[in-house]
Amino acid sequence: MNLKKPVKLLDENGLRTDGRRPDELRPLKIQVGLLKNADGSAYIELGKNKIIVAVYGPREAHPRHVVIPDRAIVRCRYHMAPFSVDERKSPGFSRREIELSKVIREALEPAIFIEEFPRTAIDIFIEVLEADGGTRTASITAASVALADAGIPLKDLVTATAIGKIEGKLVIDLNGLEDQYGEGDMPIAMMPSLGQITLLQADGRFSGEEFEEGLKMAINAIKKIYRVQKEALKRRYIEISKEVLESE
Amino acid sequence: MTIYVRSKQVVIPGEPLARGRYEYQGPIYTVRQRLYSKVIGIVEVEDKKKITLIPLKGKYMPREGDVVIGKIVDIGLTGWTVDINSPYKAVLPVSEVLSRPTDAVKLDLSKILDIGDLIVAKILAFDYTRDPLLTIKESKLGKITKGTLVEITPVKIPRVIGKKGSMINLLKSMLNVELVIGKNGRILVVGDDPLMEAWAVMAIKKIEREAHIPGLTNRIKKFLSKVKRGK
Repeated sequence: MNLKKPVKLLDENGLRTDGRRPDELRPLKIQVGLLKNADGSAYIELGKNKIIVAVYGPREAHPRHVVIPDRAIVRCRYHMAPFSVDERKSPGFSRREIELSKVIREALEPAIFIEEFPRTAIDIFIEVLEADGGTRTASITAASVALADAGIPLKDLVTATAIGKIEGKLVIDLNGLEDQYGEGDMPIAMMPSLGQITLLQADGRFSGEEFEEGLKMAINAIKKIYRVQKEALKRRYIEISKEVLESE
Repeated sequence: MTIYVRSKQVVIPGEPLARGRYEYQGPIYTVRQRLYSKVIGIVEVEDKKKITLIPLKGKYMPREGDVVIGKIVDIGLTGWTVDINSPYKAVLPVSEVLSRPTDAVKLDLSKILDIGDLIVAKILAFDYTRDPLLTIKESKLGKITKGTLVEITPVKIPRVIGKKGSMINLLKSMLNVELVIGKNGRILVVGDDPLMEAWAVMAIKKIEREAHIPGLTNRIKKFLSKVKRGK
């Protein structure tokens, strides 16, 4: 952004607008299986972001001409609710939403064993209820949890976060303000236990050293998010176990 | 050669299970001699040699020879389309219902099986390139006329059967009901007493919910004696 900066993104103690240190994530909460009709679902709260993801499938693919004979097709719909941002967003699909749908699908697809379900479709619906920067990465994080909850075979979960540059300093997990007025934004998604990256975008300028350093920070943050994903998926089964053991 | 997990542990996709040459069974994949889980499931380690992964959720994938419970959703000229609770809908041709030769023009298929009818059928053929083919031309197959239908996650059907049929026998003997188990996650309970049928449904739901916790058969036994005493 070439605008003159109206906002000071880092204070004199090196803290950010929401009081975080540069390498600190926003508070994160993931909940699994909240939708009954969907095969798998997840809800994520990352700072002020609130996103709900529903996964259907593998199921019969309609219309028939989209089917692929030897594997499943993955369809992804990223949508922002009209009330998700300060000024009402038109409820239809904007250019940005269509693009993000594609980007998210391509970040998730490498993790899915699509060849196990020929001629079927896996549908991922992402509804952003409240947005405050980093919705694409939060969506990927939640969608992979919802896919796992649907019982779809995955190579690994996909975990995502963004690296940004504000006032020349690298920071992790940009919020809306930092995204808007910062000098760079680099979303990264990876399969943590395999160590493979499935999404890497960047806008703004990053030097070689900054990239290396940023990637390291991102991998660290992704490990933290991964633990939350893992815990969210296991929680339900552990809770039932506890309940049963207590009743005995 | 190391195993990273304990028996009965809940694992998630991508979780490393072991490193080395282990025998394995279930939704597991290997990369450079490392074993990873593909799904949320429970691991079983058999005397440090074999690793089995039992999934906790998943869709039913048709297999030749499986007995399934299906619902008629469409009638065509030469057969029916059947929903078998799977990503593929099944086809039941007239030739697999009637043994005599038929005249497609004269025959009204809806008089034999109508939309909404439930059937117990067997999968005759399935190879992923075409929709599964069903038959009801064997004994114990055919239209369902009585009983209660329960639907559970297909991957938990083995729990309802139990080791060598222990669970199914327990339900049959304690509640005096007959069970027809479709591999596609649908179970038909037939009993003389509607109350017994309802209890069987409750027990099956309990099995589905608590399938991952050890001591299931005993718990179901206790549960059934408790509800029977309360009668």
